[in-house]
Amino acid sequence: MSLLAGPEGPAASTGWGHDHERKGFFTDTSICIGCKACEVACKEWNRNPIDGNLEILGSSYDNTGELGANTWRHVAFIEQGQERIEEAKESGRKLVSLGMPGIGPKSSGRRGATPAGDLSSTDRTPPDTPEFRWLMSSDVCKHCTNAGCLDVCPTGAIFRSEFGSVVVQEDVCNGCGTCVSACPFGVIERRDDGTISPFAHRGDTVDRMGTASKCTLCYDKMVDGEQPACSATCPTQSIKFGDHPDLTAEARQRVTDLHERGMTEARLYGANPKDGVGGTGSVFLLLDEPEVYGLPPDPQVPTKSLPATYARVGVAAAGMIAVAALSFLGGRR
Amino acid sequence: MSITEFDADRPPELPRTRRRGRRRRRRDLTEVGMGDGSREGAVVEDVEFERAGEFDSYYGRPVVKAPPWKEPIAIYLFLGGVAGGSGLLAVGAQCTGRPLLRRNSRLLALGAVGAGTVALIEDLGRPERFLNMMRTVKVTSPMSVGTWILSGFATFSGVLGAIEVDRMTGERLPLGALRRLLGGLELPSSVGQAVLAPLLASYTGALLGNTVVPTWEAGRGHLSYLFTSSASLAAGGAAMLTSPVAEAGPARLLATAGVVGDVVSMHLMKESMHPLEAEPLQTGQAGMLLKWSERLAIAGGIGTLLGGRNRYIAAASGAALLAASALTRFGVLYAGLESVKDPRRVIEPQQARLAARRAAGITDDSITTAG
Repeated sequence: MSLLAGPEGPAASTGWGHDHERKGFFTDTSICIGCKACEVACKEWNRNPIDGNLEILGSSYDNTGELGANTWRHVAFIEQGQERIEEAKESGRKLVSLGMPGIGPKSSGRRGATPAGDLSSTDRTPPDTPEFRWLMSSDVCKHCTNAGCLDVCPTGAIFRSEFGSVVVQEDVCNGCGTCVSACPFGVIERRDDGTISPFAHRGDTVDRMGTASKCTLCYDKMVDGEQPACSATCPTQSIKFGDHPDLTAEARQRVTDLHERGMTEARLYGANPKDGVGGTGSVFLLLDEPEVYGLPPDPQVPTKSLPATYARVGVAAAGMIAVAALSFLGGRR
Repeated sequence: MSITEFDADRPPELPRTRRRGRRRRRRDLTEVGMGDGSREGAVVEDVEFERAGEFDSYYGRPVVKAPPWKEPIAIYLFLGGVAGGSGLLAVGAQCTGRPLLRRNSRLLALGAVGAGTVALIEDLGRPERFLNMMRTVKVTSPMSVGTWILSGFATFSGVLGAIEVDRMTGERLPLGALRRLLGGLELPSSVGQAVLAPLLASYTGALLGNTVVPTWEAGRGHLSYLFTSSASLAAGGAAMLTSPVAEAGPARLLATAGVVGDVVSMHLMKESMHPLEAEPLQTGQAGMLLKWSERLAIAGGIGTLLGGRNRYIAAASGAALLAASALTRFGVLYAGLESVKDPRRVIEPQQARLAARRAAGITDDSITTAG
């Protein structure tokens, strides 16, 4: 599908030329420690208000809940037992046997067992306990190659930046909300009343009120050559920021390494340019099925089937004219 | 209260008296503070940690988000349908010499499209910026395409409505030289209205269908048919309510055809869906609205067929049809908003289509890859 993006990448095909490489995130959840520094850094830099009323959700250590208008980074916490870990390993192994591209040889050893041969470069971090594990993953806007929100925005408030990211212009958006229902990942949302913000000064207001808002990949920092707040603050480099081609290559290598170590549950999410959104700018390394993390297993940008939907609109309209014409021909006085 | 060796010397404390009638509520130990300051309460409530459920989802939280659309959007869908259908009836009445049907339909079209536009603007997050809709023309955005259809239709309806009002008042509007211009615009405006009217009624199917809201997404192929049918029966009903039976013959036929189309397309739409996606259309508030919508549509249709030549039965049937159309729009809106709440409605159909593609040998288009 190439409605809005060609083979050279989304930035090139929207007329920006080749001045900038496409930028993106690679979020390696296997080394995320769930510290939520990214959430805090994002809120502070982007001046996002508090979501909700500070209620405790009780979802393990996650009291943020989900991405939304005021939460542009969200750290998920999942607790899993032995049975579930085995299932995840098996489903990851199946992806390899499906003949997915670019995977190294399978490891024959037990998980955590030291590989044979030269051990000088071996990772010596202790393995997870096999009985229990915590999955932690920092979710963010995917900055899709074919972005649903961008496609359906009727005002042109959402645009493709020169870095290949998808950004909302707050001063243009009129808050129609179409983009909210066009995002297959449930990321973008309209900032409505009900948000709380402790104001330092009387007269302060919440920015972006009544308009759609989401992660901008810190566009304001990037134009100055800086990296986004979340990746800059990540203490374990679980969130990496950089040129998209480099990051996906690194991500593929990392999955191969993990599989060789017996962690067959590792898999990439968003690194396939043939998927329903043309690949994402934010690539994730997951340790279980995407739905476990609250990610859709097969997202499709709605615009993909828009030509067919428009055809139905045309047929329905033509049918209505025909029925009306017949009604007048058949309606006697 | 401190405990010291001199406590024994304290005078005995009298038991606290409770005022009758206004009993103090006993507070649980876990509540913050004890109210009387006698004991420090728990600052953080006890929290039950929940585990992810039987099927895989993130604590049962929604995967996709519903648009922030409320009742005004359903009202707009209804009024836009009435306007579109009335526009077609007005053009037909003009061509076949039915002056009262033409006048009433033109005025209905103008009133409905005007009120619908107000409802649409009302639902924006920043209503004062509604003109930003006219900054661009984007074919990938049904909302943008619809805005241009709506504004074009409203313009033509405005011209035709002004002509009718002028005629009704015996050409006493202070139009001056504009009157001749308006007269010259009647035919082109009629043609424009005829072209845009059915599109106004059917584009909303793409507006809702071009989303990831499970029930609407699954209804992509049928929503336009449902909405044009609903628009036909509503506009037919409006004409039966307002115009004399002698001129409303075509309106009765249009309404009857609309009832058939409405009932059939709704059933086909539900059948084509994954059971989880169809469920919001059949249960809860939306299911109730749609059930009554179908009953009212069938009742109105039967009334139209059997008693359409009686002024009172025609008016009652027309009102029933209008109500049926409004209920359809509210039901479809509510069903969509309800459908995102359960992540299963997103995850299970997606897993099914992914598995179907894999079974068919297509393994290179998954978002999850092993490298």
